Amino acid sequence: MIATALFYIFAALATLGAVMVVAQRNPVYSALYLVLTLFALAGEYVLLMAHFIAIVHVAVYAGAIVVLFLFVIMLLNVRLEERAPDAFRYMIFAGLPMAVILFVEMGYFAFRGFQQAMVQSTQVGLVERIGQALFSQYVLPFEVASILLLVAMLGALYLSKRKLEIVAFKKPRSKKERLKEMMYEEDQ
Amino acid sequence: MVNSATVEFVVSAVKVFIVVNVILLLVMVMILAERKISAFIQDRHGPNRVGPWGILQPIADGIKFLFKEDVIPYHVDRFLYLLAPAIILVPSLMTFAIIPFGSSFSFYWGDTPVHVRLQIADLNIGILYFVGIASLAVYGLVIGGYASNNKYSMLGGLRSSAQMISYEIPMGLAIVSVVMLTGSLRLSDIVAEQQHMWNVVRQPLGFLIFLVAAFAETNRLPFDLPEAEQELVGGYHTEYSSMKFSAFFIAEYANMITSSALITTLFFGGYHLPFGILEALQLPIVWEVIVHILTFSIKTAFFLFVYLWVRWTLPRFRYDQLMSLGWKSLLPLSLVNVVLTGIGIAMF
Repeated sequence: MIATALFYIFAALATLGAVMVVAQRNPVYSALYLVLTLFALAGEYVLLMAHFIAIVHVAVYAGAIVVLFLFVIMLLNVRLEERAPDAFRYMIFAGLPMAVILFVEMGYFAFRGFQQAMVQSTQVGLVERIGQALFSQYVLPFEVASILLLVAMLGALYLSKRKLEIVAFKKPRSKKERLKEMMYEEDQ
Repeated sequence: MVNSATVEFVVSAVKVFIVVNVILLLVMVMILAERKISAFIQDRHGPNRVGPWGILQPIADGIKFLFKEDVIPYHVDRFLYLLAPAIILVPSLMTFAIIPFGSSFSFYWGDTPVHVRLQIADLNIGILYFVGIASLAVYGLVIGGYASNNKYSMLGGLRSSAQMISYEIPMGLAIVSVVMLTGSLRLSDIVAEQQHMWNVVRQPLGFLIFLVAAFAETNRLPFDLPEAEQELVGGYHTEYSSMKFSAFFIAEYANMITSSALITTLFFGGYHLPFGILEALQLPIVWEVIVHILTFSIKTAFFLFVYLWVRWTLPRFRYDQLMSLGWKSLLPLSLVNVVLTGIGIAMF
């Protein structure tokens, strides 16, 4: 009874949050509504007895990724975004069909796997189960994922390093040259 | 005959009520302690007018906060401005839920046996709950900084977001090495495992990393960059007044209490007395429970004192120093610690 009521409350909150993420003009509000959605989803995971997935969901997405989103949004100039209401006018023609296709696709598979999922859900989300699955059945994908992360890290490092080189001076100047420049500036 | 579900509910409700109130009471004690200890360190008297030894000073402060005019500046984002103090209080009061502050005891209610474990929730995911909920504390600061629509507040919010994310990683890795030793995420298992040897003996490096990261996560000196008074005029709480202002401080002190309790639990044996003294004494069970709670309280109080001690004796870091300490020293060290712990487990 209570679980069903909670399911609908969390589902409503998740949907509301997801709609508001897109509908909000102010990106900071969008990011905060995203947090609401993530929380509601974590609540659903708890209802499915998947505590581990729920808390990792909160720690990784709400606790780290969206904080970084906020960090970047706050560094950007938000006011400019607010003043351009028509910037995404044509986005709707591409976005709407894709959303419908995604919805139908996921709805179909969710509906088909519904009965099976209900039975399995009580055992999947515990820490012990996930640990066993990760280090036996899925050990190769798990290790490959770490290489993927490493490559992404290297890529980020490379990009940030290259930018620095462009900004920096082409050639380090000698002390004599710098003195000459300073004297020249003083003359002017 | 009382229904067992009802019993469980009542026991949980009583525990939550007591723990939340004790934390809030401790916040008041901490405020007095902070002022008294800072006075001692700086060779002053500190508050000594309200009550004997200034003991009623926090109550006077609280009443002052409640009666001050509640100013909402006209240029703020009103909704988020009002939301931020609420958001920052919730995670700081939630995280204590997993910490075992004593062993367990049983008694009869009518003729129903009631088993009380002195821990609000012994979760299967245990310590991960702390990692997850504590990482949400940053939202209060970021939202407060953004909603104030003030350059200093904004800078404070930005600093806190970068700082908390940077120090969560070494903190998490320090926790990982403790979990590797125990083989369980449950805090009750972690405490039970330390009955004969504290984790600090086996994990000195992990303890140091966790301690430093805990200071950064609670925004305390030497890492209080988000609120650095001398540079940011108070940072994220510059625009806040009256009780909303004090909400930020209640959250900060509550976070300190939880961090100290967690350091005690993870590295200093939780509620266990060292060297099996308690087991040798053969005390009746009531006394054993009381001694456990007292042991836990004294250890936690010591780390709370360390927090104050450090705050009033160390200068503040520069922001680039803070970042390079986090990413270039603590992160590699914590990774090395995890590898060393793995080797240790494999060898012994």
